[in-house]
Amino acid sequence: MIDEKVTAVGPVRVHTISTDKYKTNTIVWKMKARLAKETVTLRALLPYVLQSGTADYPSVKALRTYLDELYGATLNVDLTKKGEHHIMTIRIDVANERFLPEQTPLLEKALQLLADLLFRPALDGGRFVSDIVEQEKRALSQRIQAVYDDKMRYANMRLVQEMCKGEPYALSPNGELEDVDAITPEGLYRYYERALAEDELDLYVIGDVAEEAVLAAVKQRFSLPDRTQPARSPSASVQARKEVNEVIERQDVKQGKLNIGYRTNVTYEDDDYYALQLFNGIFGGFSHSKLFINVREKASLAYYAASRLESHKGLLLVMSGIEPANYEKARRIIDEQMQAMKNGDFTDEEMSQTKAVIRNQLLETLDTPRGLVEVLYHNVVSTRKRPLNEWLVGTDQVTREDVVRVAGKMELDTVYFLTGMEATEDGKTGV
Amino acid sequence: MEKQVYETLQEELFYEKMDNGLDVYILPKKGFNKTYATFTTNYGSVDNQFVPLGKTEMKRVPDGIAHFLEHKLFEKEDGDVFQQFSKQGASANAFTTFTRTAYLFSSTDNVEKNLETLIDFVQSPYFSDKTVEKEKGIIGQEIRMYDDNPDWRVYFGAIESMYHNHPVKIDIAGTVESIAQITKELLYECYETFYHPSNMLLFVVGPVDEQKIMQQIRDNQAKKSFPDAPKVKRFTYEEPSGVAEKKKVIPMHVQTNKCFVGIKAPSVPDAGEQKLRHELAFHVLLDYLFGKSSPHYERLYREGLIDDTFMYDYTEEREFGFALVGGDTRDADRLASEVQTVLLSFSADTVKKEEFERVKKKKIGAFLRALNSPEYIANQFTRYAFYGASLFDILPALSSLTMDDMAAVASSCFRESKIAVCQVVPKGQ
Repeated sequence: MIDEKVTAVGPVRVHTISTDKYKTNTIVWKMKARLAKETVTLRALLPYVLQSGTADYPSVKALRTYLDELYGATLNVDLTKKGEHHIMTIRIDVANERFLPEQTPLLEKALQLLADLLFRPALDGGRFVSDIVEQEKRALSQRIQAVYDDKMRYANMRLVQEMCKGEPYALSPNGELEDVDAITPEGLYRYYERALAEDELDLYVIGDVAEEAVLAAVKQRFSLPDRTQPARSPSASVQARKEVNEVIERQDVKQGKLNIGYRTNVTYEDDDYYALQLFNGIFGGFSHSKLFINVREKASLAYYAASRLESHKGLLLVMSGIEPANYEKARRIIDEQMQAMKNGDFTDEEMSQTKAVIRNQLLETLDTPRGLVEVLYHNVVSTRKRPLNEWLVGTDQVTREDVVRVAGKMELDTVYFLTGMEATEDGKTGV
Repeated sequence: MEKQVYETLQEELFYEKMDNGLDVYILPKKGFNKTYATFTTNYGSVDNQFVPLGKTEMKRVPDGIAHFLEHKLFEKEDGDVFQQFSKQGASANAFTTFTRTAYLFSSTDNVEKNLETLIDFVQSPYFSDKTVEKEKGIIGQEIRMYDDNPDWRVYFGAIESMYHNHPVKIDIAGTVESIAQITKELLYECYETFYHPSNMLLFVVGPVDEQKIMQQIRDNQAKKSFPDAPKVKRFTYEEPSGVAEKKKVIPMHVQTNKCFVGIKAPSVPDAGEQKLRHELAFHVLLDYLFGKSSPHYERLYREGLIDDTFMYDYTEEREFGFALVGGDTRDADRLASEVQTVLLSFSADTVKKEEFERVKKKKIGAFLRALNSPEYIANQFTRYAFYGASLFDILPALSSLTMDDMAAVASSCFRESKIAVCQVVPKGQ
């Protein structure tokens, strides 16, 4: 289905996917370490500083001018967490010169640029350039604060913070506002050296190129000392909770955000992983799911009501936007859907429908270079390896008993409700 | 069936006009898993005044009705079409813009079945009093969601401040009050007027056999009958060329200021290649001025007036065009004045040929990247086709774009009277 070739070049795992279906070639670089309070903000800043200049193109303007010359190559970075891992990603996408009037070898130039970003950053006396670091610190603070203004993201973040208090997973991948200020160009440079020496490194190249050519280009440009792989620790840690945690927060909002978190007690590592996917699909993942049908279509309470999984950490997260006065009603309906799942109250048709949609979703994801890398990268994050064809077969083989068994493991952990300043239960708020 | 070959892009496009007037396009894409199809009517939120089919008088309909109709078309007497699609392993959706309403699915299996479902559900409306009332609660929450979203508020606020009369200033979803007036009779009237096949376009992109798919569509359409429909008469709004309101400030409970500068195009070409070139020239101009490699971007970023939310975009539809520049900022008034200074002091004579060529190169690469996406191809192809232009002409049009094209845009739009500002600021400031 997808031909992924993986070869180690020193400490870098090089993944090549040769295909001629795109008009561009894509490079994705990933660096993975434990999610931890001491490093989370440094890591949140580092890729943004790296993408601000190289030794040859020492400013954003110089670097972006060069990217424009390469027929508008795109360069972007981001931070994510998968389970209790913190992942820095750098992506470069360049046109395939096959479609252009001039035959510049753009992919090779893009690999060179990635190597320069990583190993030859813009420096000032052996440390990062302080103007760049200060600008990016300011941008990072703004990025962290921006979550507050996007209530859907804010409610998601607050639920996870409340639910995972005391666990590394409560940390946001964009770091902690109070730790931004203290970062210095020297300190960040020391951390950069440490990350290059200790992180797990993966390079994905997707496009109209053969593996030998990729490996030759990488060997020439990426020379890093070998390292001892750190002992793998489980990607989830869970604090047992005795009773359901209910958090109500008030702000000046018109729509209430009701977000609910469950512990799945099943992760990517477990045999029941595909059954977990089925569970989520029947319960709330799609527009045929119980949450959509019952909260939105039947009760007319919400525009969105859905669930999603964090499958390395083992969380099921429900989100919905409702009239503040409808809190009790919406909670009751969501509880009923969970209970129905536990009782096995779903049809064979819901099973087969959900299997078909999951299969479709996976195949569609593989059509985009970015989606393809994200699917393959699960196998880097987890000790459990799941080749792509196993996903299809595994999903297909799930039985209703499997789904009911998974449902039985779901534990309600935290209910978070962001609501208006004067919300009352008698329906005085809103229209 | 006609075939058009685009040599440089290595794409082949197939076209046929059905007897009932429906335009059908198929773009085979080998190597992809997914087939993506859109069924689009040339009807959007701005079409709020028109002569209904079979009538002679102009009629004003409630704001938000095109979007409401989009929601309601999914519901049938025997249930919800989403269910049908998911049984067939497809994911379905729809969206309403200022000038279009599109219904779509994507699937990797059962493509023919899904295509049949798509065409049939869009061509068989079922509206009842009960389901119309129920939808008001759901769309009410959609409107509330946007009300709380400062990015949407500042975006739409900027459009509102640019326009005096044109309905582009009205939120696509309408308001809780306006949708309260919607009835099933009104929905049928809009449907009959705008969902005639001669006002619609079907686009299929994916690993398909074009002969088979075209035959399927022919057979499907031949089974249905539609009344003769004249071209829809839409009301033409008189719109002054200047902006309605120089500055609008929206206080909200936010931590960060947001600021957009809006630039109103006093007029836009009606159709065809001219329209495409006008739009591209505007895009190239904005990129030249505000792209990450521009001196202005560097300066504004260094001064902390912009961050990575900074964006600039130009929207051109049937008879209106506007650009928006801005994002989150620590000082909304300073950003507004800096951006206006850049616009008003621009002189095309100072642009160097190599800078202009570099921006064009960047746009060519971006266009190739966009062609990786079946969604982009189907949606944008449809948009251009409704204006009598072709998506695939972008490449030659970009290559032949001149500095004079860019200068012409700047001289007509970069004027004090065409510029408006909208800001979202923390409450109590």
